[in-house]
Amino acid sequence: MSQQVTGQRMERKDEVVIGLEVHIQLNKLNTKLFCSCSTDYHEDEPNTHVCPVCLGMPGAMPVINEMAIKFAVKVALALNADVQPFTVFDRKNYFYPDLPKDFQISQYDRPLAWGGYVTIEAGQGEKKILLKRIHMEEDPGKLSYRGSITTARYSMIDYNRSGMPLLEIVTEPVMNSPKEARQFLNKLRIILEYLDVFDGSLEGAMRIDANISLKGGGRVEIKNISSFKGVEKALTYEITRQKNLKRRGKEVRRETRHFDEINNITVSLRGKEEEQDYRYFPEPDLVPVDATGIIEELRGTIPEMPEQKRIRLAEQYGIGENFAKVLVLDLKMADYFEEVAKSLAEDGINLNVAASWTVDVLRGELNYRSKDFRFAYSILEPAEMVKILKYLTDGKITEKSAVEIIRTILDKGGNVDMIIEEKGLFAIANSEIEKLCREAIEKNPKAVEDYIAGKEQALNFLVGQVMKATRGKADPAETARIINKILS
Amino acid sequence: MISVTEWRERLESERCSDMLSELLERIGESKLNAYVTLSEDAIKTAELYDREELKGKLAGIPVAVKDCITTRDLKTTCSSRILHNYIPPFDAHVVERLREEGAIIIGKTNMDEFAMGTTTETSYFGVVRNPHDLERVAGGSSGGSGAVIAGDEAVLSLGSDTGGSIRCPASFCGVVGLKGTYGLVSRYGLIPYANSLEQIGPMASNVHDLILLFEVVAGKDERDSTNAGRGFRFEKKEKRLRVGIIKEMTAKDDVMTKFNESVELIESLGHSAGEVSMKSFKYALAAYYVIAMSEASSNLARYDGVRYGHALDQLDSWTRYFSRVRAEGFGDEVKRRIMLGSYALSAGYFGKYYLKALKVRTLVKNDFQRAFKDYDVLISPTMPSTAFRIGELADPLTMYKMDVNTVPINLAGIPALSLPIGFANSLPVGLQVMGDYFSENLILNFALEIEENLDRGEAFKQI
Repeated sequence: MSQQVTGQRMERKDEVVIGLEVHIQLNKLNTKLFCSCSTDYHEDEPNTHVCPVCLGMPGAMPVINEMAIKFAVKVALALNADVQPFTVFDRKNYFYPDLPKDFQISQYDRPLAWGGYVTIEAGQGEKKILLKRIHMEEDPGKLSYRGSITTARYSMIDYNRSGMPLLEIVTEPVMNSPKEARQFLNKLRIILEYLDVFDGSLEGAMRIDANISLKGGGRVEIKNISSFKGVEKALTYEITRQKNLKRRGKEVRRETRHFDEINNITVSLRGKEEEQDYRYFPEPDLVPVDATGIIEELRGTIPEMPEQKRIRLAEQYGIGENFAKVLVLDLKMADYFEEVAKSLAEDGINLNVAASWTVDVLRGELNYRSKDFRFAYSILEPAEMVKILKYLTDGKITEKSAVEIIRTILDKGGNVDMIIEEKGLFAIANSEIEKLCREAIEKNPKAVEDYIAGKEQALNFLVGQVMKATRGKADPAETARIINKILS
Repeated sequence: MISVTEWRERLESERCSDMLSELLERIGESKLNAYVTLSEDAIKTAELYDREELKGKLAGIPVAVKDCITTRDLKTTCSSRILHNYIPPFDAHVVERLREEGAIIIGKTNMDEFAMGTTTETSYFGVVRNPHDLERVAGGSSGGSGAVIAGDEAVLSLGSDTGGSIRCPASFCGVVGLKGTYGLVSRYGLIPYANSLEQIGPMASNVHDLILLFEVVAGKDERDSTNAGRGFRFEKKEKRLRVGIIKEMTAKDDVMTKFNESVELIESLGHSAGEVSMKSFKYALAAYYVIAMSEASSNLARYDGVRYGHALDQLDSWTRYFSRVRAEGFGDEVKRRIMLGSYALSAGYFGKYYLKALKVRTLVKNDFQRAFKDYDVLISPTMPSTAFRIGELADPLTMYKMDVNTVPINLAGIPALSLPIGFANSLPVGLQVMGDYFSENLILNFALEIEENLDRGEAFKQI
C-alpha cells in the first residue's frame, strides 16, 4: 500500500489489522429516511415520533427522503468516494424485536458509493485510511429495560429511533492500532460536522462495529460500540486477549463479540457457524435511485474540509502551523478565530495573538466550564473578543485584565467596555506612568544610587512605588522599562 | 347480480338505508361465507345518503373490500389467524378514494390467507362458496370479492391480483374483474404478499361498472413509490383490432369450446384473430412462484406478535415467542410459501432461483412486447377449467398449476381483465383480455363490445 507509514513500528510487530464499520445518524435531517416523522425525538417520550411506516404496519410503504440522499451524497463526495449514479435499496432479513418489519431496508451490492479515504496523522507523517464503501440504511428502534438488562423481566421497545437515516461507512482493514482507529473516528466526526449533516453530541449519533485480527488469527468482530473511547478500549482489550491466546498456543476463533462498556471487556456473542444469512434482495416497494442530478448539483458545493482549511488559515492569516492544526479540529472555533482575525487584520495586528487567545485562552476557559464555541458565540461574540485584543495590543489593558474580562463574561455575561469600567481595568497611559516613574526616582535617590551600583532589587523597589501609586494598574514590565530608559 | 344502474334506479324511490338493511339481512342469511367482517358504519353512511350528505361518483353504492386492503377502524385480517384482531390505524389509498366518492363500504371480503391460494380454501375463516354451485369454490384469492358480486351481496368490490387473484374468481363466479397496469392503482394500504407483482383492482357485474370503479381507484399517490402517477379516464372508441390468441394458454375442452365461440364472435365483430406463441411461458409459472414466495417470506416476517395481531399471554424468550406466535398464527399454505421463499433467497441458492426467476421475468416481458407489435390485444381462457369442487385440489402443485394462464401478466406488469363469456356445464367461463402497458382504455372498449354482443341471457344467467 502506498501510504506513508511512520511511527507504527510497535504495532507492526504483531501485525494488528483493524477495519471499522461506522454507523452515522444523519440527525441534522428534519425527517426520517422513509417517512415524514420528525428526527427531533431525543428529548421526547418513547413512541411519540412514529407512524405506520416506521412502525412497519401492514400496508404502509416507504418513500425515500430525498434530502437524506443529498446528505449522504455530500458525505460521500467529501470523503473522496466514487458516488454511484444508480443505487438500490435492499432488504436485510433478520428477526429482532427492535426491527418493526423484521427486516431492515439497507443497501447490498449497489451501495451509494465505493471507495474514498480519510487522512489521519501518523507519527511524523500522514496516513490515508481507505474506505471500502458507503451505504444508507434505516435505524432500528431501541430496546430499553426497567432496571438492569440482566434483571429486567422483559424488554421495552422505543420506536422513535426506528427509520432514522443512517450512513454506514466501511473502511478497508488498514488501521494498525487502536489509536489509529480513534484518530480515524475523530477525523470522520470533524468532517461530518463540517458538512453540517451530523450532530455528534446526540445520544446514539455514531455506533461502531470493529473488526480486528492479529497475524495468524481469525477475524473477530466487536459489535455496536457507542463511543470512540469504547472503540479504543475494546480493541486494546481484544489485542491483549488474542495475544494471550496465541501465547498459550490457542487458536483465535473467527467470531462476533460484544463490548461490555461497564467492565471494559469483550464477550463472545456467536461463532462463525452461527453467522446469519440475511437473504438480501431488492426492496420491491422502492424504485432504484438515480442520483445523477444530485451528484451534479452537489459536486463543487462541498465546503472546505479540515485539511484545506488548515493550509488556508496558516497562509491567509500568517499564523503558526500548530495554531492552524488545533483551530480546524472544531469548525466553530475556526470560524470564531476567522471572524476575530479578519477584524484585527485591518489594524495590522499580528494574528498569532488572535490565534493564541482563541486556541489557548478562550478554548481553555470554555473547556474548564464544559462549554464549546457555540456557547462562546452566544455570550462573547467575536466582535467583543476583537475589542479585548485591541485594548490589549494598544496597551490599554494588561493580559491579566484581558483574562479577567473573558472569565467574567463567560460566567456572568456582560460586555467588555462595561466590565472594564466597572472593574477599572484600563491600564494607566504610558505618559502618566512616565510621570510617576520620574516622581519615584526623585523621591528615592538612595534606591536609584543602589540600582546604578548594581543592586537589582532596587529597581523592584522603584517599580513597586509606581505600582502602589497606580493601585496595580501599571504593567510592571513596562514600568521597569520606562525607569531604565529615564536612568540610562 | 346488481348493476350500479339498477341500484341507482331503486335509490330514486327507496331509502338507501332500507336498501342496505335488506342487503345486510340477505348477507346474514347467506351460505357463501364471502364476508369476514361487516362494517357497522355502513348503515350510518347510507343514512348520510338519505340526508343528501353523501356525494360523489359512487354515492350510496355498496362496495365490498378485500380483507387485505386496510380500512381505518375496521378489522383487516387477510383471512389469517395472525391478524384476526387487527384494526388498522389508516385507510388504504383506494379506501380513501371510495370514501371521497361517497361509496358505502359494506364489509371486508374473505380471501385465501394472505392472498396465497386459488380457491379461498386457505382462509382461516373457511372457504367461500361459489354462488353458482355451493359445493364449488369461488376461486381465489379474491374469492369473497367475486362471490359478493355474483351472489348479490354487493354492487361493486375491490380485489387484489398477485398472480390472477382477481381474474380467477371473476372467471369462476361469472363476474368482470380487472388487474390494471402495475403502478396505476396505489398499493398504499394493500397488505403485501408479493409487492412487485400485485395490484388492487375492481370487480363488478358488468364492464360499465368495472370502468366506474377503476376510474375511482386508479390514480396518483406519492406514498407508493411504484405508483405510475396518473389516473384513468374511459373514452369510448370503436376500433377494429388485431387480436392474438396465445397458443400456450389453454384450458379443458368444455372451457375451450366456450372460448372458441367467443373467438368467432370477436371475428364476427370485424376484428382479426391470429395465433401467437410465447416461448418463455413454460418457465413463467416457476418464476412467478419463486419471486412471489421470496417477497412473501420477507413481507410476512413482521407478524411476530409484538405490535399487533395474534399474541401470547405468557412472556418468553424472543425467539421462542415469535416462533410460537407464527406457528399458531399462520396456516399451512402460508408456512409453505414462507419456507420456500426463504430457501430461494438463501446464500448459495439466490442465483439459482431468485436471479434466474428475474431473468425469466425479463423474457416474459420481451415476449409480450414482441406480441404487441403484431396484436393490439391478446386473449386466452382466464382459467384452465371452471370452478373446482371444494377440496378437489388437495395437492399444492396441482393448485399452483391452475395459475398458468394468469401469472405471466403479473410478471410483465401489463393489464388484463376477465370477462364472463357463458357457461360450461352450468359453470361460468371467463375470457382473459390482455393489453400493453396502460392500454386499459383499449381492452375495456373491447370487453364492452364483446359484452354488448354476447347472448346476455347466457352470459349473465341469474342464480
